[in-house]
Amino acid sequence: MKQNNYILTCEQIYKSYQMGATRLEVLKGIDLNIAKGEFVAVKGASGSGKSTLMHILGALDKPDKGKVLFEGKNIAAFSGRKINEFRNKKIGFVFQFYHLLDELTVLQNVLLAPMVQMGAIGWLLHSAKAKKTAAQLLGELGLAERAEHRPYQLSGGERQRAAIARALINEPDVILADEPTGNLDSKTGNDILRVFEKLHNAGQTIVMVTHDDRIAEKASRIIRLADGKINPPVA
Amino acid sequence: MYDVILPLKLFKTSRLTILAVAAVAVCVFVVIVVMTVMNGLVTDFIDMNHGFFSDCVISTDSLVGFGHYDEFENTLRSSDFVESVTPVINTFGLVKSNSSGKNAALSLMGIELESHEKTTDFAKSLYYRKDKPSLAFSPSYNPQLPGCVLGIDLLVERDQWGIYKQSPYLPRWSYGITCFPLTPKGTLVKTGTSVSANTGTFYYSDNSNSGLARVDSTYVYLPFEKLQSLAGMDIGPKRTSAIFIKFKKGADLNKSVEKTAALWKDFVARNSNSEISGLFKNVNVQDFRSYRRETIAPMEKEQTMMILLFLLVGVITVFIIFVIFYMIVGGKNRDIGILKSVGVSQLGIMRVFLRYAVLTGLVGAAIGIAAALVFLDNINGLENWLYVKFGFQMWNREIYAIGAIPDRPGVALPIEVAAAAVIACLLGALLPTIKAARQNCVDTLRVNQI
Ligand SMILES: Nc1ncnc2c1ncn2[C@@H]1O[C@H](COP(=O)(O)OP(=O)(O)OP(=O)(O)O)[C@@H](O)[C@H]1O
Ligand SMILES: [Mg+2]
Repeated sequence: MKQNNYILTCEQIYKSYQMGATRLEVLKGIDLNIAKGEFVAVKGASGSGKSTLMHILGALDKPDKGKVLFEGKNIAAFSGRKINEFRNKKIGFVFQFYHLLDELTVLQNVLLAPMVQMGAIGWLLHSAKAKKTAAQLLGELGLAERAEHRPYQLSGGERQRAAIARALINEPDVILADEPTGNLDSKTGNDILRVFEKLHNAGQTIVMVTHDDRIAEKASRIIRLADGKINPPVA
Repeated sequence: MYDVILPLKLFKTSRLTILAVAAVAVCVFVVIVVMTVMNGLVTDFIDMNHGFFSDCVISTDSLVGFGHYDEFENTLRSSDFVESVTPVINTFGLVKSNSSGKNAALSLMGIELESHEKTTDFAKSLYYRKDKPSLAFSPSYNPQLPGCVLGIDLLVERDQWGIYKQSPYLPRWSYGITCFPLTPKGTLVKTGTSVSANTGTFYYSDNSNSGLARVDSTYVYLPFEKLQSLAGMDIGPKRTSAIFIKFKKGADLNKSVEKTAALWKDFVARNSNSEISGLFKNVNVQDFRSYRRETIAPMEKEQTMMILLFLLVGVITVFIIFVIFYMIVGGKNRDIGILKSVGVSQLGIMRVFLRYAVLTGLVGAAIGIAAALVFLDNINGLENWLYVKFGFQMWNREIYAIGAIPDRPGVALPIEVAAAAVIACLLGALLPTIKAARQNCVDTLRVNQI
């Protein structure tokens, strides 16, 4: 099968929302192939369904119709346990509003995925490696001093970097980033972008929603979402 | 590990936790305090009945009594499960105080001091002859005089703490006690055409405080043989109204009562051709509870009612926790979305909230239990203080025959209540938690939710 070259594939994805009497068709037959190591930028007007598409790609939401394949396998056919494992190990989510857990420290937030993966006893026995990786990631992202702080004590840019560390900790195959710079000033946004560039250069597959043309330029490919479909970029 | 850290963090940071813990603590506190006091009162009451009426009572309602009792006493004494046996006469009489001239119809109880003291707690109920119960019917100022012991409430006043104002010296009071003797056939004894009455003079020799309000206010105790002759129960074969039996220590009460009943059946069969065998028909063999069921049963019924009421408290706790958890979970939609995005399963989400609920239950129960223990430890002092300061008394001891308020909850009750509290929390949290685990979380991740 040809799809083997692609890490994530969408086939004829449809998604609609019922709003009272009317039906809002958000995605109307999306086909998309994402190759390993690609940096795909997703653009589109507000409300065009970018977040919806990202959630479907990351198995946080289900399409009404169509298939999402991960390494050629239909994720709709995954058991509940496999879906959780998929979200835990294969996908790293970065959200526009960081979405860190306020009750936990930065370090604990970053360690969330390995904690989920290991269970309490496994954690007590084998957490050393994860903790080391987390410390390293926080160091690389300039948050070494912030590990024990709580999210509310951090600036927007710092929070987003913490969120990126959380997404990266389990070395996921794909990073799904939904407007990671949308809520930051341009300088901080640039810092974040540089992080993604570095990741991309190291071979990380990234799908990123963004409104920012300067950011999109860095991507290996730009996808435009309009009218529920993907239009080829206008040259 | 997240499912250990997060419940702890939720517990520490959520303000609604304080509400939930307080609700559980209050319920636990109320249940333990009220159960301790009420159970204590019921247990005390049953114990006092036990002490007064011994383990097992062979008795007849008939004022005529039944005969051949000494023969059966011997049978019992030679049984391996019986500790001691004593005959008791229950009848009525007119008691006239020779000092005040007042008359009253009272219950008369004839007892054989030596065996009665071994079989019941009678000795403990005495005041002047507490240490020499065998002299209970011997007035201290003149032991030769025929004595009588009166129920304490017949002549000793109490203060509002229930402390009897006993006079240090035995007053020299005497009573004329009159009975109407009955023949074995149950007819009044007549001399000519008029009913004959037997009267004897007895000297106040002691009072008895059994703790049983009705007994202490209506009973007069007389030497067995004296009352037997006053009541005519020595006409023909001698008769008694009851036999009290104390079983050996460690003997099973129900089994021993059954054995006694079997012995009694044999005994009745053996004596079936006695001239007064008809009197055996009205005789019952019962444990003290059945014998006293008219007074014990209502209290036990009240106890059952109370337990039902507390089930209601449990339901209310479940409901409170349900509402609070509904609110907590409602405010955690975004967090649930985040957890799902890092691969936490529905069960994992449930674990977080259910552990949080267990923690709430445990901490609430611990606080409730601690508060209840402290409160109970001081309940009598508190009642005292309320009275001294505000003149308020929970149970006026001039009316209620209780000493101190029961303040020992034991070990089992707090543990049971704590377990119930945790279960209530789990039940209350279950629905909101299931809702949390199943909800679609993506909508909350789309927006910036504070
Ligand atoms: N649960 C829902 N019920 C009804 N409509 C919804 C629901 N979720 C999303 N929508 C609608 O679907 C459309 C697509 O939403 P989506 O969040 O994917 O847009 P977006 O492209 O990410 O927009 P933005 O750039 O503002 O983030 C929007 O019009 C939104 O109002
Ligand atoms: Mg969006």
